[in-house]
Amino acid sequence: MSKETIQYFSGLYTQTAPYAPALKAFSGKSMDDFSKWGLPGPKHEEWKYARVASLFRNDLKFSLEMPSVSASDIDPFRLPGNGSATELIFVNGLYSSALSAIRHTASDIVALSMEDAARADYGDFIAQNLGHSASYHPDGIHALNGAFAGKGLFLRVKKGRILEQPIYIYHVTDSRNGFPFAQPRSLVQVEDGAQVQIAEQYINIGGQDSFTNEVIEMVAGQDSVVDYYKIQNEGSLANHVGTTHIRQAGKCLTNAVTITLGGGMVRNNLNMIMESEHGESHMYGLYLLAGKTLVDNHTIVDNVMPHCFSNELYKGIMDDESTGVFNGKIFVRKDAQKTNAYQSNKNILLSEKASANTKPQLEIFADDVKCSHGCTVGRLDEEALFYLRARGISEQNARALLLHAFALDVLANIKHEGLRTYVDALISERLGFNI
Amino acid sequence: MLKITDLHAGIEEKKILKGINLQIKAGEVHAIMGPNGSGKSTLASVLAGRESFEVTGGSVEFLGKDLLDMAPEDRAREGMFLAFQYPVEIPGVSTTNFIKTAVNETRKYRGQEPLDAVAFLKLMKERMKLVQIDQSLLSRSLNEGFSGGEKKRNEIFQMAMLEPKLAILDETDSGLDIDALRIVANGVNQLRSKDNAFLVVTHYQRLLEYIVPDFVHVLYNGRIVKSGTKELALELEEKGYDFIKNEILVAEQA
Repeated sequence: MSKETIQYFSGLYTQTAPYAPALKAFSGKSMDDFSKWGLPGPKHEEWKYARVASLFRNDLKFSLEMPSVSASDIDPFRLPGNGSATELIFVNGLYSSALSAIRHTASDIVALSMEDAARADYGDFIAQNLGHSASYHPDGIHALNGAFAGKGLFLRVKKGRILEQPIYIYHVTDSRNGFPFAQPRSLVQVEDGAQVQIAEQYINIGGQDSFTNEVIEMVAGQDSVVDYYKIQNEGSLANHVGTTHIRQAGKCLTNAVTITLGGGMVRNNLNMIMESEHGESHMYGLYLLAGKTLVDNHTIVDNVMPHCFSNELYKGIMDDESTGVFNGKIFVRKDAQKTNAYQSNKNILLSEKASANTKPQLEIFADDVKCSHGCTVGRLDEEALFYLRARGISEQNARALLLHAFALDVLANIKHEGLRTYVDALISERLGFNI
Repeated sequence: MLKITDLHAGIEEKKILKGINLQIKAGEVHAIMGPNGSGKSTLASVLAGRESFEVTGGSVEFLGKDLLDMAPEDRAREGMFLAFQYPVEIPGVSTTNFIKTAVNETRKYRGQEPLDAVAFLKLMKERMKLVQIDQSLLSRSLNEGFSGGEKKRNEIFQMAMLEPKLAILDETDSGLDIDALRIVANGVNQLRSKDNAFLVVTHYQRLLEYIVPDFVHVLYNGRIVKSGTKELALELEEKGYDFIKNEILVAEQA
């Protein structure tokens, strides 16, 4: 990477100063790491497929000024039941309290810009917890996000609150005036006994080139339940690198569903850090790709403490010249006896030029564990296709029915009914089911 | 209704059908019998349009149209139905949803309005009785975990829903106990009319005691070598397929 790129970002970093004291150490270290490491190239094992450096073109524009985006620009993309949900909105990576609508009460949640939260009562928590994911991602692209964390969001779900209505986070990129680089950062604290559903939605206004480099970190407390949904349905010019890092600070249940239906180059990191005994986590993913889209899902389950359970199912359908990548790491540390960890990745290729790359990676240092993994890459079942067609169902609809059925066991894990129906409709539309 | 003329077909290099001639008229029930490997199931598959088989010669006319020119779904929409020897299990697709899609696509093809939910349910309830199939079975994934008998009943149920002009039953009796066989045959008999026809492919005469054919054809080595009435089936049952083979040998030597 060129010196100019580093200078460009370090210049902007200097402009953002002074940071709140609680953010200063982390942001500074992140900027230093970025300057030291630069962007990961194709020789970096973790970045073999997602060629992120190529996106740092001369016209890529990172700005700390809020662009003018109105609520009505966002309207077509709002998630179901938004009228009663809390909607937290980022524009070009900057948290906008003006566009956001907090519809939960102050006894349920706190949502502030990171900078404001760090200067208020949440400084200690932020200083202690922000950047926990960094050690899992020692690379320049992850570090670059950290340098500008102050522009992000702090969210707390308060102790014992069981939220009926979801919290939606919209990531808007405005590509109407050039190629925006957005770096949203969130830190979410789910306090003991709280239950919350959080969904992230990605919105490219303008439909031109965009690049989002996101990090969201969550700390889930004792007996909490977190349902997290990531819904990616952008056009082929929207690029994305994102890390969702979920720590189980106490025994709890954390579920993540990642749905990717579009994009240019998309890299999703999902980490479940099992650092309390008897924790349980579920990770589901569906990627339904066409054109030249590349989607690279990297997951980590880090079993630090004993008696944890994790289950993972990722499914991919690749058409045209698209590429699906799955890399699933399961670490079982020395003390994490009685770990149960399951992983499965299944792929269907619909064209000769589509490809699937799948790599389970288990590193086990404890001796009394149950871990399993499996992966398949196949084609649509011709016999099933013929059976449906022989009943008068068109080839297109027969394919759509079979692929929908394939996607169903991921889809079924979206517990929020409105959201599930919403995603289901997107999938059916994409599959071209037509009657 | 159906006119097969000098039909040749095979799979890759292997020739299986070597000149089939057969005519079926509305209101008739034809049975095709024959030993294993004679080409019975191939004939059924070729008629339904299974793409793994290649037609190398001959023609098939169905209701005045060139059948071989049509995609499998269009054959079905024109009124052809194949009850599969091995119905496919499809996890994640409920029988109800599947059959609703099939019925409405067929209606659309014929220029009819799709059935609404109420009309569809009414039709389904009525046809379920024909084959004594339970609602709970139809809510489940298509054929997944069904017993052999349940799968075959489901085939006949689908047939009842789609009301085909010509139904081909490919070894529908295989793997059925006598009670299931009776239920299946009973369903078929209730659907028989002067406007439709059946082609029953079977290895054994047993099914033909319940679905009584007007004509019986013996398929051997890719050709229909003998045709007759239902008495031919009884003769085959009594003497076995060897008697046909011997007759052919004698004829060839003569």
